[in-house]
Formats: sequence, C-alpha cells, structure tokens
Amino acid sequence: MEQHVRADLRGVEPERRHNRLGRTLSPYLLGGPAILWLVVFFLVPLVTMLSLSIQTCDTFTLACKLTWHFGEFPDVISKFGDTFVRSFIYAGAATFATLVVSFPVAYWIAFRAKRKNFFLLLLLLPFFVSFVIRTTAWQFLLSDQGIVLGTLKDHHLLPQSFHVLATGWAVIAGLAYNYLPFTALPLYVALERIDRHVLEASHDLYANRRVAFTRVVLPLSIPGIFAAFLLTFVPASGDYVNAAILGGTNNLMIGNIIQNRFLLLPDYPAASALSVILMVMMLVGIALYSKVLGSRTIEEYV
Amino acid sequence: MSTLAESPSIPTAKELVPVPRGGRRRWTYFVLPIYSSAVFLYLLIPISVMVLYSFNQSHSALPQLTFKWQGATTQWYREWNGIPGLGEAFFLSIKLALLSTLVSAVLGTLLALALVRYRFRGKRVSEQVLFTNIAAPEIVLGASLLGFFITLNVDRGFSTLLIAHVMFCVAYVTITVRSRLSGFDPMLEQAAQDLGATPWVTFRKVTLPLIFPGILAGALLAFVLSIDDFVTSNFVSGKTITFPLWVYGAVKVGIPPQVFVLGTSIFLAGLVIAILNLIFQGRERSTTPAAEG
Repeated sequence: MEQHVRADLRGVEPERRHNRLGRTLSPYLLGGPAILWLVVFFLVPLVTMLSLSIQTCDTFTLACKLTWHFGEFPDVISKFGDTFVRSFIYAGAATFATLVVSFPVAYWIAFRAKRKNFFLLLLLLPFFVSFVIRTTAWQFLLSDQGIVLGTLKDHHLLPQSFHVLATGWAVIAGLAYNYLPFTALPLYVALERIDRHVLEASHDLYANRRVAFTRVVLPLSIPGIFAAFLLTFVPASGDYVNAAILGGTNNLMIGNIIQNRFLLLPDYPAASALSVILMVMMLVGIALYSKVLGSRTIEEYV
Repeated sequence: MSTLAESPSIPTAKELVPVPRGGRRRWTYFVLPIYSSAVFLYLLIPISVMVLYSFNQSHSALPQLTFKWQGATTQWYREWNGIPGLGEAFFLSIKLALLSTLVSAVLGTLLALALVRYRFRGKRVSEQVLFTNIAAPEIVLGASLLGFFITLNVDRGFSTLLIAHVMFCVAYVTITVRSRLSGFDPMLEQAAQDLGATPWVTFRKVTLPLIFPGILAGALLAFVLSIDDFVTSNFVSGKTITFPLWVYGAVKVGIPPQVFVLGTSIFLAGLVIAILNLIFQGRERSTTPAAEG
C-alpha cells in the first residue's frame, strides 16, 4: 500500500527521490560526528592501551617499542594480586551496602512517594558538589579528633587510639556514599516499571503484602538490581580518590597503582596491563548480564 | 497456587486493601518514609559540612579548614579569590565545562536524532559503543586516553582536557535526548512539511522547540559531569589545573576555606537550575498530559 503511494508520488514529484537518498545518508551525517569522536578518542585509545601493555619501554627515555611481550600480565597479577583482591572486596562491600541501603528508598519513591521528581532530585544532590570535595568532607568528619570520634572519645565511649581514617572501613564508607545514587537510580527505574496490575493480581490471588513483595516485586526488580550492581561495582573497583583521601597508605586500590604507574613513576606497560584487566572484567560483567537478562534491558538503566 | 489452597476462606475486605487509606495507620506504614528521610539526611551530611565550614573563622596565618568552630564569618566569601591559583583553576573549570557542554550537546543531540529516527547499518554497534563508554570505569577512560596521547606525542593541556570531557559527556547527552525523543510524534514534522515548510524551517520551528527540554536536560548533565570530573582530567591535564585537581592537590597540605566557598556556589547554582528545570517540567506535564516522566 505504502509502496504504491510512494511510486505514485515519485511520478508527480521528482524531488522525492532525492529525499530517499537523503534518508539513507542523513543518519550517518547526523550521528557521524559523535560516533567519530567516540571511535577516535574512546575505542582507538582502548586499542592503544592494549598494545601498550605488550610493549617494552626504555626506563629513561620512555620510548616504547612493540615487542609482543605478554609477560607484563602475569607480572602485574603476581605483584598486585592482593591489591586487586582488596579492590574487589572494598568495591563489593560498598556495592552490597548501597544496594541494601538504597533499595527501600527506591521502593518508597517508586511505590509510595507523591512528588517523585523532587525525591529523585534529593538523591542526586551529592552530584552538585565536587566528588573530591565530598570525599574531603568525609575525611573531615571521620578524622581522629573530629566531630564524631572526638566527641565519643571525650565521653570515654571510645578508646583514644580508635581511628576510622586510614582503614579499609573508611574507604568502603566513602565508596558507599559516593556511589549511592548510581545504585538507587537503576533500582528506582526497575521498580517504577513494574506493572501495578500485576501487583493487584497477586492480591486478588490472596497474596499478602509480604508474599506479593517476595514473589512479585523482588523477582521483577532483579534486572534493576543487577544493573545497579554493575553500575556501582565497576566504577567503585576502579576508584582511587576514596582510597587516596580516606585510606591512608596501606589500603591502596588498583586505581591508585594505575595512577601511580602512569603519572608518577612512568611504567606504561604495567599500568596498561592493569587497566586492560579491569576493562576485560567489566566486559565480562556486561556479557554475563546480556546473556542472562537480554542485551537491550541494561541500556535502559543508564 | 499454593497460597490459594492454603487460604480457602474468603478474605475480609480489610485483608484485600493493601494500603489502608485515611483513618488510623499501622506504625509499619511510617517505617519506610522515616527510613528514606534518614537516607536523604545522610546524603546531605557532607554537603552541610561544606556549606557550614565555608563560614568558619580561622585565625592562623595561613587560613586552613579546621574542625574547631571558631565563629561565623563571611570573610572567605569576600576573599574568595585570595588564594593564588584557585581562582584561575575555578574559571578554567567553568570555561572547560561550558565548551565541552556545547560540543557534546550538539554532537549528542544529532546522534540521538539519528538513532531515534532512522534504521541504518551500524545502529546496533553505535548503541553498544555508547553503552560501553558509559559503563567503562573512568580510570580506564583516562588511562587509555593518556596512553593514546603519549603514543602520538601530543602535549597535554586544555585541548586534551576538552577532547576527554566531550568524550565522556557525549554518550550521556545522547541517551538523555534519546529518551525524551522517543515520545516525539513524527507526524508533526510531516504536517509542517505538508504545509510547505522547508526542512530547515521544520527543524527550527517544530522539531527544536519540542526536543529542547531534552537537550537542556542533557546539557545540564554534561555540565555537571564536566565541572566535577577528577579522574579522567587527572590523566590528560598535563600541567593545566582544573578546580577538582586543585582541591585534590591541596588535600595533603590543608584546604583553604575558599575551596568550600567555591564548592558552595557551584552547589547553589546547580540547585537553582535543577529546581527551575523541575518547575519547567511540571508545567509542561500539566499542559501535555501524555508527556513522558
């Protein structure tokens, strides 16, 4: 039918044919610049990093040559294996904490709150303050003689030697605070999307509220939980600001090592190898997600 | 099914109503709102520290933030530019954020238009690139870009910062604009063209006004991401210092109160814009009931 109409029009208006060429070209003209930017400054650098990790660099001139030296990978894993493990423990603990803390809030906003946009804005408020300043404020709050610990110590509720800063707990707390919105928003999106009729149906089938929650709401929010996990755990395991400001010198994360090797004592192959490992783990996470829950859904949560 | 078998009796009306409306509510009804308020307060803690201590007096020769409350003063607001280097870093960050917002808003909007309007070869791949870009840990973005610049022997400075900021903003803008565009009725454009409008006039008079709120939201996000960025900037900045980089550098030696003054002003500016946006959205929703949340 449509074909027919179009054929008719072609006879009457020759410029429509020009339009058809325009229709095939215009998505590339529109999307081209942005995609080109991403290819040149995102994908190509990833490939560069991959190649840098198998290069050998001169210690003094820093001139690098491609030598296909794969030894960097076992080297960094044996050298920084414990740092990797520590990063994943910290990021995992922080992600778990934010999931537990923010799920009820996301649930409340999605199902009960009246002014949803207002409460979503409240969740996003920390983003209006620089990441570094937020972390500094926590350093300020958690300091040994600060408002919390200082007061408790003055009342002899805590021993004088007690400290939070420069421990793993401080890093986990900082990560949990900084990444909470990344967890809460996908959870909210998933919960908001649950069809209220399904809930009503469960009540019609005599489910009480607890059963409705465990058998309907929770299973339907699993894609959101997984997306929240991915969107929190991945950046948190690569984070180094929290470890640097709150963690002292003994609780370094893999991000600190990458940053040091790139900026302070240049060892590009090692730093690249570490970044490649981090990137591969993220890709595995995404692949797992799309395998289990379908590839389209995860994009809806960002 | 098992629940049905277990409860053969007809439920009373009270059991059927999930949330009692009006009248006396069970105490459990208030657990969630109270808990949520507590979480919101927790989110506000470091922000309040920043705002409060931007008013704290300091009597040492080199003004530094100290935890002891020494009395309120607006001195640091008057002397906000009193620290050498800080003001420059602040304005550099604003300039960088404005420029990268402009570039990424234009590029991102165009890509969003292409993704929503057209089916084309490479669409799926483009979407995957966008997603990977957003999901990638920032440290990988920064480190790989630095490796790229080192390999090409590019001097790091303002231009590499701009490249990096546009790179991590453009995907966010695209996704924000795309989600607003999906509710857009293409018939409106056809109607305009049927009425004799040229493509350019159609875009300017019909398309642009309709998608403008989406572009604004995307641009806002880009601005916030850019002005706050530390990790990627730290890799590609060279000797150029942005505001977050300056603050990070000052953490080890002690932060002057002016940092909290500037942080507070960024926070307030962001808050005002966000509230305006909220009001604007609310008004739009009341005129077009079908609009997407």
